[in-house]
Amino acid sequence: MKFLSDKALERLRDGAETPDLAGTRYRLLERLARGGMGVVYAAEDGKLRRRVALKVLDVPGTDGDLANRLIREARVLAALEHPGIVPVHDVGTLADGRVFYTMKFVEGNRLDKYIETVASFPDRLRIFLRICDAVAFAHARGVLHRDLKPANIMVGPFGEVLVMDWGLAKILRGEVSSGAREADPEATVFEKPKQTNIAGDATEISVVTGHGTVMGTPGYMSPEQARGDVEHLDASSDIYSLGALLRFLLTGHPEIAPVPSGRRLDKSLAAICAKSTAAAPAERYPSVQQLALDVSRYLDGLAVGAHRESALEKAGRFYRRYRFFILLIAAYLVMRVAILLFIHR
Amino acid sequence: MSEEDFQHGGDRFPPTRRSVIEAVRSIDAEERQRALEALCVAYWKPVYKYVRWRWHRPADVAQDLTQGFFMELLERELLEKFDTKKSRLRTYLRVCVDSFVSNEDKAGRRQKRGGNVLHVALDFAGAEEELGATVMDPALIPSPESLEEFFEKEWVRSLFALAVEDLREMCVARERERTFHLFEAYDLEGSEKISYQQLSKEYGISMTDVTNALAWARREFRRIALERLRELCSTEEEFQREARAAFGWDAK
Repeated sequence: MKFLSDKALERLRDGAETPDLAGTRYRLLERLARGGMGVVYAAEDGKLRRRVALKVLDVPGTDGDLANRLIREARVLAALEHPGIVPVHDVGTLADGRVFYTMKFVEGNRLDKYIETVASFPDRLRIFLRICDAVAFAHARGVLHRDLKPANIMVGPFGEVLVMDWGLAKILRGEVSSGAREADPEATVFEKPKQTNIAGDATEISVVTGHGTVMGTPGYMSPEQARGDVEHLDASSDIYSLGALLRFLLTGHPEIAPVPSGRRLDKSLAAICAKSTAAAPAERYPSVQQLALDVSRYLDGLAVGAHRESALEKAGRFYRRYRFFILLIAAYLVMRVAILLFIHR
Repeated sequence: MSEEDFQHGGDRFPPTRRSVIEAVRSIDAEERQRALEALCVAYWKPVYKYVRWRWHRPADVAQDLTQGFFMELLERELLEKFDTKKSRLRTYLRVCVDSFVSNEDKAGRRQKRGGNVLHVALDFAGAEEELGATVMDPALIPSPESLEEFFEKEWVRSLFALAVEDLREMCVARERERTFHLFEAYDLEGSEKISYQQLSKEYGISMTDVTNALAWARREFRRIALERLRELCSTEEEFQREARAAFGWDAK
């Protein structure tokens, strides 16, 4: 029997990772990323002559937990047709037995990279509102994302915002297709802890608990999700994650942390973050729309529901909102006074 | 889409067969013996090298200990105690090897074993050569991590070598020796200097043929290695975990 050197082992491993696309319409282009379940490649759809992203499991088989999760993810995506949710094109099994699905190839940057180029708070808040749109749509179709974080948001070259990676999605009720519901196991899923750099230091974990699986990202995961209370998770868990995401967009950290020098987090925005990420689900916004509404009100210079303003704050907000007219009237009055003084001199 | 749509490649992956671990616990003595031999085929080399490396035993003693260990597994029904939820099979076997060698030392003699015989050809001379070619850092000895890492690496080497041998036999049976030679030259020799173009010139075939032949060989290698691995695992979860470890998918 032939002795295999360490180098040969490496080559065999590399060769074995490549998916067998024989008999499919796809041609492999390049490896994009590795996730918890498998690898994402860029591939060319030979029939439509377009680039797609192909997500494929490492291990063959259609009846394992990971295969079920990947198939379910594809079906959830298929049920969520929204401009803010990456569309799925195809799902199936490759000749080598591995389950795969293809989706739109998204060019652009992950949110955490993208915001390095977006300095203004209002622009960041507008991105956040588009994320809220997509998540609210999913909630309306009875789907929770359960892993909202900057690494799972892509911003395209034309500013389009896409919520990705619905592998942990939970289906709450019957609006989605029956296929997606069938394969919704709240069963234990084993997955090795994975290190992921998000804004420098966040770490994705998975912990198997007695009554479900804890999967998500510390800092973005709601307390109830972190406890593994899978059965009782509802929209408020995603609202928590959105609140953490909002705080990340504004401060660079999903949890309360000092704001970078030179920036002051407005009390209203801080209150919106605090309300979204309240420890008790009942104290959070009742829906993503309500959260988005408060952020929109802030952008429009209106009072937000999360924060009771003092008279001084009200006056300050009134001034900021009508600054132009106030200054115009003030200038007019100053001129009038000056003219009167000049006439009566 | 029906579930059948996901069975496209299913014919190439037969349903999970009875695993070695299940078979080794069978009440049928013959089945137990066969399962143990399958286990021995996959693990004897890592065990032998481990005894030589970790326990510094001379070749002849290590050979005897290796054979004795697999007989002990059968006679003392050690695999009955293995729980896939608590540990990985190779970790369990490694701990059993440590315990076995340590007990042999305490006894001060090699124990006489029962009438069982393993019908597995163990190429100890080949294993010795491999041991000489294996790069090891003696400074790491004897940290537990290095022992685990050593045993795991040798287990992967053994698994892959068996799969390569199966692939070679399959290529011979299907008269695809050239495909195996290409695979051997490019993937197994590990030479940086060889390119697809050179192979195409050397074998007088087109670059496309080289690419296709290598792609086929790699696919078949992967399939065979995973099938061998599946035989050694008792649950789907264990198989997934072991496949990820063997192919380094967790580390990438």
